[in-house]
Amino acid sequence: MKISGAQMVMEALKHENVDTIFGYPGGNVLNLYDMLYDTDIRHILSRHEQGAAHAADGYARATGKPGVVLATSGPGATNLVTGIAAAYMDSVPMVFITGQVAIPLIGTDAFQEVDITGITLPITKHNFLVKDVRELPTIIKQAFYLATTGRCGPVLIDIPKDVQQAVAEFRYPENVSIPGYNPTYNGHPGQISRGARAIARAKKPVIYAGGGVTNSGAYEELLQLAEQCGIPVTTTLMGLSAFPGNHPLALGMLGMHGTYWANMAVSNADMILAVGARFDERVTGDAKRFASKAKIVHIDIDPAEIGKNVQVDVPIVGDVKLVLTELLKKLGPSDTGPWLEKIAKWKEETPLSYSQDMNGEISPQFVIEKIYEKTQGKALIATEVGQHQMWTAQYYKFTRPRSLASSGGLGAMGYGFPASLGMQVGRPDELVFCIAGDGSFLMNSQELAMAVEYNIPVKVAIINNQCLGMVRQLQQFYCKGRYISVDLQQVPDFAKMAEAYGALGLRVEKPADVVPAIEEALAFSGPAVIDFRVMSNTNVFPMVPPNSQINKMIKGEQK
Amino acid sequence: MRYVLAVLVEDKPGVLVRVAGLFSRRGYNIESLAVGKTVEPMVSRMTIEVEADEKILEQIIKQLYKLINVLKVSNLTQEPSVDRELVLIKVSADVGNRAEIQQIVETFRAKIVDVALNSIIIEVTGNQEKIEAITMLLSQYTILEVVRTGKIAILRGSKTIK
Ligand SMILES: Cc1ncc(C[n+]2csc(CCOP(=O)(O)OP(=O)(O)O)c2C)c(N)n1
Repeated sequence: MKISGAQMVMEALKHENVDTIFGYPGGNVLNLYDMLYDTDIRHILSRHEQGAAHAADGYARATGKPGVVLATSGPGATNLVTGIAAAYMDSVPMVFITGQVAIPLIGTDAFQEVDITGITLPITKHNFLVKDVRELPTIIKQAFYLATTGRCGPVLIDIPKDVQQAVAEFRYPENVSIPGYNPTYNGHPGQISRGARAIARAKKPVIYAGGGVTNSGAYEELLQLAEQCGIPVTTTLMGLSAFPGNHPLALGMLGMHGTYWANMAVSNADMILAVGARFDERVTGDAKRFASKAKIVHIDIDPAEIGKNVQVDVPIVGDVKLVLTELLKKLGPSDTGPWLEKIAKWKEETPLSYSQDMNGEISPQFVIEKIYEKTQGKALIATEVGQHQMWTAQYYKFTRPRSLASSGGLGAMGYGFPASLGMQVGRPDELVFCIAGDGSFLMNSQELAMAVEYNIPVKVAIINNQCLGMVRQLQQFYCKGRYISVDLQQVPDFAKMAEAYGALGLRVEKPADVVPAIEEALAFSGPAVIDFRVMSNTNVFPMVPPNSQINKMIKGEQK
Repeated sequence: MRYVLAVLVEDKPGVLVRVAGLFSRRGYNIESLAVGKTVEPMVSRMTIEVEADEKILEQIIKQLYKLINVLKVSNLTQEPSVDRELVLIKVSADVGNRAEIQQIVETFRAKIVDVALNSIIIEVTGNQEKIEAITMLLSQYTILEVVRTGKIAILRGSKTIK
């Protein structure tokens, strides 16, 4: 049977078991939306395409299924760009479908024409401009396959209007063959043996786990390996929900705002097992002196990550879950007692700390710690970007896989709130929190309308320090306190704003009211925003100055 | 050091941009790039000359492989291979020095492919050294314009890149 290109897209989405998409309509996706009308696919209308992109990203991170976004040509497509980049940097499986002007108009600067495949070339795993409706089924199949296999990432399909309208025979391919794409899943047995030997020999081992653990679904395997061999685990921001934060072997996050003991452990380790992590500069500080006493075993599905930033002793290219499974077979228990004791001493010496005067202003960390206690580390959390993000990483102990969505690589303010909505849409039975800064929240607060329209009961905790805290901190340290453009007194009353959208809005100014407000929001069945007025000049510690060794931390305020 | 890569790519729109974009985005230096069809339908071959150290070269190759349309990357630098470049050089010339220039051209087994009142065009094919040598000699006259194809290279013997 012959069907239109727009119908093909719908059929293909059904074949890919897509039941929810996020998007925003427009002239050059008219046909797509018209065909969407006849399907059971749920379309969630954002209020800005960036919101749709981040929401679908949160959906993907929380569920492991690809996030799908539909947007029109021109401004619709350019509004996606930050969302695509965020997904690319964090290897999130996503498929973006954009409308394009009709083929004869391409290259004529037609109304709402932009070269979105050109624009997104460096921020997609791959992209397609469909020139012939007959290629559409194969292209969509390939797009989903590319997005969800190997190192995951966003793929964009740009479909001109006349291709959406053209008709052709539809047969959805069962298999994909992409000659230039053959990810390696099974680790090389010889390398795995070498890795196992390095692990077994280590007296001071540390596992450094990243987002790859989540993407490959290796939560159990990682836990088992750590426990079996008694190896402490530090994670990147992306890896926080890949290992239970309340586990005795958990060291918390490492790097720039990592815990003192995690950074000390890594700097003194004799073996680092890097699992699905990429030695980002926020993690390594001065990469040349990172973990300089350690033999490094690096497991990653992307060969290009191996040796990119740091010299590796035992590279193992492959799927983290499969490789860990093989490693487990070769490893027995080892005695790391003295090493764990040493780490415990570092922790005792310099724990994470803050103070809360119950009669004074609210400390930002206090709010996050209370959210942790109230949810017992079981909530799904999306964060925005800034100090509150780092405090979440430090004080919220994630205990379940896929329970954190945070823009790690791109660090995009405006990510967290829409992402939290997507997480909730993907996992409707879970409790979802968005931990936001006052600056970040304003970047996509229009999605309160999405939250209310679809009754997505996310609880937003705005850590409102009346400033762009992270930048204020940088200006304090590196610009001699010459504060410029970081003051954020002029913001709306967030509680009233939430109410105006039809959500619950609360404002908290006293430490004693923090817990009751959290409880009230939790008791409410719909979306809620709590404006926590916290002190404005708190800094995130520890802190590794740029490009220095990560064991050279500024531990706290100079007194 | 300078490396020569043979890169087989799917012959699809945008592939050249993907490859070139990768180099500029990651700050790799392309010395030259030549591209053309192969005997295989839908497969093109690029010869890319890069200036890099060994570590960067390894990254370049891995990053190239990450491009979905890239089928194969071979490093020809250390392999016995034949490499050539074609250059067209327009030199200012008149009756006074044409004979002299002709002599240089013959010595290098180059060709004069166009003669005008005040200029001639010389076609040279060869490896880098030859091209540099003739360019150097010709520079005593006025070189008006130079066009180069970039290097292409092929393995010696029956071994092929597929
Ligand atoms: C889109 C975007 N613009 C600018 C920045 C730079 N930036 C990083 S953190 C930050 C301040 C964030 O302020 P806020 O959301 O209030 O969080 P806080 O640091 O105060 O917790 C800024 C401006 C960014 N990360 N993203």
